[in-house]
Amino acid sequence: MRIFFHIGRYFLMINYTFTKFTKWSVLKKLIIQEIDDLIIGSIWIVAFMSFLVGGVVAIQTALNIESPFLPGNLIGFATRQSVVLEFAPTLISIIMAGKVGSFITSSIGTMRVTEQIDALEVMGVNSFNYLIFPKIISLLLYPFLITLAMFLGILGGYICSVYAGFSTSFDFIQGIQLDFKVFHVVYAYIKTILFAFILATIPSYHGFFMKGGALEVGKASNISFVWTSIVIIIINFVVTQLLLS
Amino acid sequence: MIKVNNISKSFVKSQVISNISATFEKGKTNLIIGQSGSGKTVLMKCLLGLYDVDNGEIFFDEKKYDKDNISNMSNLRKQIGMVFQGSALFDSMTVLDNIMFPLRMFSSKTESEMISRAKEVIKRVDLKDSDDKYPSEISGGMKKRVAIARAIVLNPKYLFCDEPNSGLDPKTAIIIDKLIQEITVEYNITTIINTHDMNSVMEIGDKIIFLVEGKKIWEGNNQEILNTDDKLINDFVYSSEIFKKVKLSQKKKP
Repeated sequence: MRIFFHIGRYFLMINYTFTKFTKWSVLKKLIIQEIDDLIIGSIWIVAFMSFLVGGVVAIQTALNIESPFLPGNLIGFATRQSVVLEFAPTLISIIMAGKVGSFITSSIGTMRVTEQIDALEVMGVNSFNYLIFPKIISLLLYPFLITLAMFLGILGGYICSVYAGFSTSFDFIQGIQLDFKVFHVVYAYIKTILFAFILATIPSYHGFFMKGGALEVGKASNISFVWTSIVIIIINFVVTQLLLS
Repeated sequence: MIKVNNISKSFVKSQVISNISATFEKGKTNLIIGQSGSGKTVLMKCLLGLYDVDNGEIFFDEKKYDKDNISNMSNLRKQIGMVFQGSALFDSMTVLDNIMFPLRMFSSKTESEMISRAKEVIKRVDLKDSDDKYPSEISGGMKKRVAIARAIVLNPKYLFCDEPNSGLDPKTAIIIDKLIQEITVEYNITTIINTHDMNSVMEIGDKIIFLVEGKKIWEGNNQEILNTDDKLINDFVYSSEIFKKVKLSQKKKP
């Protein structure tokens, strides 16, 4: 039953986040700061992971194709489908739950234990809006990261399969273009937007309502990662059922 | 002036403060004292609106505190300054930015006017060469000064201090106490301080309220506390041998 208490409090937090707005001149600076911390600061890890995992997907596909009757463009096709549909939006979001989510929980949690949130509230600042709203807005740029992940994932697959001799450049590029459905990209971006909201709010919830000291900040980051990942997986399942099945 | 009438607050299983009535006077340092767990912080958080009271009324200069009246609450908040026990400075901001924070949030001043006002209060609290430093780079005493500067930068009518000298050496603690007292008189504000520091009680206790298990047991000032016969307050105030000797020497005086 405790879960319903948390769900209720989470939605109340979302409601408070969109009320009593902070002065725009202050909010603007906070949003820019959050874009730097959450988006720009994640580019390298996303690029690194995407490129290598894209390569691994291509190699695994190539190694598991033994039949000579299967077309040569299958490696490109499988890489594109895996990267666009699942790897870029879902797996990168779970990685981001660890990187960005832990950062959000620990930074808000530290503010909670050092009474900085109380200080905001005493001053009459809506601490939900001040702390969470800029994170939600900055993560509206999250599709940019996922686009980068899609591009680099497919590029990694191309380089690995072509230069390791599993596929020709022509076959791979033909595979990428084969049976391309724009809706698959739309589906990926719908998921991305939902995951961005989850990435901004669930870690914020765990930081905001944590109790205790420094040790509990660490525990809250840990719990936040677990719950953010679980919710991402559940939403992934629901959205896939609704849009693709 | 802040007046409370019969306020009580309980949490799930326990009554933390019960039926407290008191008047905190303007231009004076009003101290709330008591052992740890006596309800001092809860009382202060009720006054600040961080906790809703179960019953009773709170008046800020005759105006009833009404948490549901958002515009009144918003105006009231801008008139309150608060110094937290751990200073509660924003780690990611420099000293100057911390002090300018309330101005940036609530005033319509230009950047140069805000800097000028911040410098004014920095001078008043005697902070030197620390404008560009971060809270982690300054001492505990300096953090308290920054917290006081941030609390008074909007010229508040009410100043709340939660154990302002905890974690400070005795000399710095007295300097901080004196600074709060001077600011209280100079700005003519209602200051409420939570403390269990006996030096503060003796030095700046213009008005003292003593709490035991959430109930107000005694009320007076730093002169009266020396002469009271109340057993509970004597046990609390004179729990250390040094203060017992002070008490005895007071009694021996003709």
